[in-house]
Amino acid sequence: MRRLGLLVALLTATLITTGCGTQTDEVNVYSARKEALIKPLLDRFSEQTGITVNLITGSADALVERLKAEGEHSPADLLITVDAGRLYRAQQEGLLATTSSDELDRQVPSALREPEGRWFGLSVRGRVIVYAPDRVDPANLSTYEALADPQWAGRICIRSSDNIYNQSLVASLIAHDGEPATRQWAEGLVANMARDPVGGDRDQIKAVAAGDCDLAVVNTYYLGMMQADQDAETRDIAHRVRVFWPNQDGRGIHINISGAGITANAPNPDNAQKLLEFLVSDESQRWYAETNHEYPVRPGVATSELLQSWGDFKQDDLPLVKLGELNADAVKVMDQAGWK
Amino acid sequence: MLARAGAGGRSWLLLALALVLAAPVLVVAGSWLAGPSPNWPHLRATVLPGYVWMSLLLALGTGLGTLVIGVGSAWAMARLRFPGHRLLEWALLLPLACPAYLIAYTWTGLLASEGALQQALSVPLPDIRGPAGAVAMFTLVLYPYVYLMARAAFIGQAALAQEVARTLGAGPWRRFFRVALPLARPAIVAGLALVLMETLADYGTVAYFGVPTLSTGIYRTWFGLGDRLAAAQLAGVLLLAMVVLLWLERHARQQRRIAGNGEPAPPRTLARGPGSLLAALLWLPILLGFILPMLQLLLWSLPRWRDLLAPDFLALLGTSLLIAGATAIAATTLGLLLIWARRLRADRPRRAAARLAGFGYAVPGTVLAVGVVMVLATVDRGLNDGLAALGLPTPGLLFSGTLFAVIFACTVRFLTIPVQGLDAGLQNLSPNLDSAARSLGARPAALLRRVHLPLLRVPLATSALLVFVDTLKELPAALVLRPFNTNTLAVRAFELASDEQLADAALPALAILLAGVAPVVLLTRSMRVPHAPSG
Repeated sequence: MRRLGLLVALLTATLITTGCGTQTDEVNVYSARKEALIKPLLDRFSEQTGITVNLITGSADALVERLKAEGEHSPADLLITVDAGRLYRAQQEGLLATTSSDELDRQVPSALREPEGRWFGLSVRGRVIVYAPDRVDPANLSTYEALADPQWAGRICIRSSDNIYNQSLVASLIAHDGEPATRQWAEGLVANMARDPVGGDRDQIKAVAAGDCDLAVVNTYYLGMMQADQDAETRDIAHRVRVFWPNQDGRGIHINISGAGITANAPNPDNAQKLLEFLVSDESQRWYAETNHEYPVRPGVATSELLQSWGDFKQDDLPLVKLGELNADAVKVMDQAGWK
Repeated sequence: MLARAGAGGRSWLLLALALVLAAPVLVVAGSWLAGPSPNWPHLRATVLPGYVWMSLLLALGTGLGTLVIGVGSAWAMARLRFPGHRLLEWALLLPLACPAYLIAYTWTGLLASEGALQQALSVPLPDIRGPAGAVAMFTLVLYPYVYLMARAAFIGQAALAQEVARTLGAGPWRRFFRVALPLARPAIVAGLALVLMETLADYGTVAYFGVPTLSTGIYRTWFGLGDRLAAAQLAGVLLLAMVVLLWLERHARQQRRIAGNGEPAPPRTLARGPGSLLAALLWLPILLGFILPMLQLLLWSLPRWRDLLAPDFLALLGTSLLIAGATAIAATTLGLLLIWARRLRADRPRRAAARLAGFGYAVPGTVLAVGVVMVLATVDRGLNDGLAALGLPTPGLLFSGTLFAVIFACTVRFLTIPVQGLDAGLQNLSPNLDSAARSLGARPAALLRRVHLPLLRVPLATSALLVFVDTLKELPAALVLRPFNTNTLAVRAFELASDEQLADAALPALAILLAGVAPVVLLTRSMRVPHAPSG
């Protein structure tokens, strides 16, 4: 019984200490961007403005559910995700408010934000082809569509279709080529896989370097992080593969964004907007490139030396809202094609 | 008459408490009532058979693996004496401190072509990422559950049974398979049930290994397909498996009675040669499930040891220990309350309450966490609406997004451990004990304090420590539910590891392992306490 009393006391204490937030000048962030990849920027924002930033990180799906369940009482001001699909879902659930900011509209290209201002892209990540230069002649590479070509039988590595970046890629293919053609493409791709999907994007890069496959489809910043790794071995592996920008004669490479939207019940919407504007500022945009090897959403911001070493590319200007709209269809197509 | 009515009323209170604890699972699984999702035909035609098949395969493989290692080591430790026996007693539990997803990342790194092992051995090593590798990972970290339960059962077995078998001409193998094993079966099945539930509910390992199971299917259906109904219904399938397992476990336990009578058999001392060989064999799962992964993590974290000094690292450790400690106390207390109340009076609501309390273990952590979010937010909204209707100021969210939410979720998740452990412990105490105490005038509270609690010391300590270690490793609950600016070791390790920054994840991962070692050592000490008298 004494133990029970102790428990009650303990729980009450935690409730009191954590339950009541103080009302200072603050902004509350739910972020699917991992702590290490957002905290330094938030700290910089606090330094400059004196606004305290409170942060929770977690999977976007879970954060969206939490936002939804908390409803009008939610303390969250800003939702940050690392793909457009989840922002679209939050938007569909009515969790995001419209924001009108000339600054944001000017800095973020229209394809990379929701037309009504419910969310804005903060950084661009390309999903591209990497290849082993000793086994693949880049002249034989052309488009995502051509990855289904029989010449690549048993030569392609790609991660599981559970992954949102693959779901978004397939959604973009459905948007451009239609569902039947994409289904056929997915079947061709599955037939060309060197192995059952396993691991993350870095693992696919390693597999190409190790000779387990000749091509892989990965997000650019993974390669960037590996090429800039502390560990010499990792850098060496990453330099054994080359980047190929697909669909350059057509629509350009498939891109996704990390982005953010102000929540519908934000207690501090003004601070949230200030933070959003800070996140697309020149300084922040350069930070994404230097720290996580992502591309800026703002045209004209200089990228890092490493990113420049891969050369320039043309990117798909499909409105990213489409990726969200077609996500469920993409999952079904991959289910049907047997893409694990 | 009045007292009887009071007890009946308390029965319903207990049932209400159990319902609160089961609510996060029930809100998710309850969606079956809404009828099958429109996506159900698509799922059945494409991925569902694969999910079920793979989940069964993993359960079967892990079940077999943990049985062989767990029962084998338990028997050797209980019945034989050999060099290094005392050290092995707790070392065999060490892999318990290692979360399955972490060992999966670590072994992948160890076996990678650029990894340390490959470089040292200079032979091509197999890729463990796949169903077989997943079974290996689960087996390595989960066998201690079987070992823990089986060892206690083997120690408690009477010498008489063995002697009788010997005089009837049974050799050592025959005595093991025909006498010792059947007598220990209930305990082994109890351990196995925990193993299988953890295997079925795992997400981190199978997601990384690209093994499609019911658990990954739930995520994909919910978040990829955007179909919460179908996802909840898949979770219902997992829950069904859990009900079957619990039933099996209960069934197995009802058959135990005879095991505890008489003097325990004295252990046999092995000669030096075979003894050392056996010791080496027993070190193998510890080497693979703890020592090698720990060394790899150490190797990775060496260049980053300075992070240890960062003030936020201590905060991580503190929060992790606080959550794990509070959950251990809460789960053990609630488990004791439910099980003990049923012993006092086994009426229908109290039996139902004890049964409901274990469901949280059956569903993947994130599903449970989302269930907790939904329940707590509903309570918060109700409170606010109620107060607003009365014209009072509204306090905002009282429960959601607090440490309370995290601890509540972890308690719901791990409640089954104390419920199972204490249930078994109480069943070993003869009802005559209660009658004697009551006839001497002891009221229920005194019966608990002066008779049951002292006799339940071992299962109480075991349950609390197991919950502590499990909570330390638990990730999804903390991930979704935690308050602003609060992190735990598991969150930090997982964030970095899932971004494939294994080297950066190594330090918090190592801290989880080491923080888990202390309770594991305590666990061993608690098991050394002489066993409670039985029936």
